Amino acid sequence: MKLIEEHPILDFKHGKRVTFSFDGRQLEGYEGEPIAAALHANGVKVYRETPVRKQPRGFFCAIGKCSSCFMVVDGVPNVRTCITPLKEGMHVETQRGKGVIPAITDKGKR
Amino acid sequence: MRETDVMVIGGGPAGLSAAAEAASFGCDVTLVESDLALGGQLIKQTHKFFGSKDERAGTRGFKISELLLEELSGYGNVKTYTNCTATGYYPEDGVVTCVRAEDEYFKIKPKKIVMATGAQERLIPFPNNHLPGVYGAGAVQTLMNVYGVKPGDKVLMVGAGNIGLIVSYQLIQAGVQVAGIVEAMDKVGGYWVHAAKVRRLGVPIYLRHTIVEAIGEQYVTGAVIQEIDERFQPQGERKSLDVDIICMAVGLSPTCELLWQAGCEMVFVPELCGYVAQRDRNMRTSHKDIWVAGDAAGIEEASSAMVEGRIAGVSTARALGRGTHE
Repeated sequence: MKLIEEHPILDFKHGKRVTFSFDGRQLEGYEGEPIAAALHANGVKVYRETPVRKQPRGFFCAIGKCSSCFMVVDGVPNVRTCITPLKEGMHVETQRGKGVIPAITDKGKR
Repeated sequence: MRETDVMVIGGGPAGLSAAAEAASFGCDVTLVESDLALGGQLIKQTHKFFGSKDERAGTRGFKISELLLEELSGYGNVKTYTNCTATGYYPEDGVVTCVRAEDEYFKIKPKKIVMATGAQERLIPFPNNHLPGVYGAGAVQTLMNVYGVKPGDKVLMVGAGNIGLIVSYQLIQAGVQVAGIVEAMDKVGGYWVHAAKVRRLGVPIYLRHTIVEAIGEQYVTGAVIQEIDERFQPQGERKSLDVDIICMAVGLSPTCELLWQAGCEMVFVPELCGYVAQRDRNMRTSHKDIWVAGDAAGIEEASSAMVEGRIAGVSTARALGRGTHE
């Protein structure tokens, strides 16, 4: 991971190291940190492809306001990965187009 | 449905100050913050604040956030929700809808609301500005100063206001090379002291220059800059820079969707960087139950956001008949 090792002012305290998948690849990140930050640390910059012009999009505002970092997370599209915390075993996928909202079962769970 | 005296939307310097102030008068306060942590932009600000000592000049931004959170933790009547976005305001019954994480929806009915929703980064038009690698300055700060992730190897900074200058310096502290700073105006917009710090480290500041193109297929692999004339038209030689990040520090716009939705009277004020809610000296909008504070009320900076938050907090308490400390 591309992390800052030495900093004159800050002392970074990362949490538990967890494994997650990105388009089938196994990557590592820190639990509770944004999915987008974990991907960036692994050198992943393209998070989705736009519906009409098929252009790549990635990180942009980091505060959940711009929609640039939408991805499919555990089957759910349009997840704001810059403000969604990473968990062990998450399935993160590049979003192509608008995404399909999964059906909700009678138990109210996906 | 949850009920509360004062709902504060946004947990940055304005929202935290408003919540602490309203709570100090005995109000039951509920604060929602869309980010994973409270503190807003303060948590990524490693520089020492300027201005008045009374407003924490000389203290680093992230330390100010810690002080505000410590103050807030002293009140038992404040409930905070992080990773929780206020998604709508319903004027018929005054209900605010919220979503926690991506799938837990709930409603809150507050007596009074302080909108401290902050701001969002602006982007300027140029070919390929959609490419990953073109990032807002705040986003770059989040990556490197909050999560310790190196944003890239070499950066072009667009904008020589205080944010562009300070973030350039912070990039160097994080071990990232800054290829240059372009500024469309014919002088540096930020404080001289910040400009001097980056110049001493050898970073060129190209005045009267702008970015004219981002290079790359899937993500940024370079940038082209060019001089501009008095009418902001590019002229002369195009200069290519070998960078993997283009950092945009070209200003912010107040985040005011909820204020529009609530029917607050909105006015366009260029000095405050866009449409803002009309308000009185106590930060109360034209809607009797809604106050505004911080960048949502007009782009300034964290010191004024904290003052506005305090004023809004006292004013909501007063409107609830709790305007004096016992």
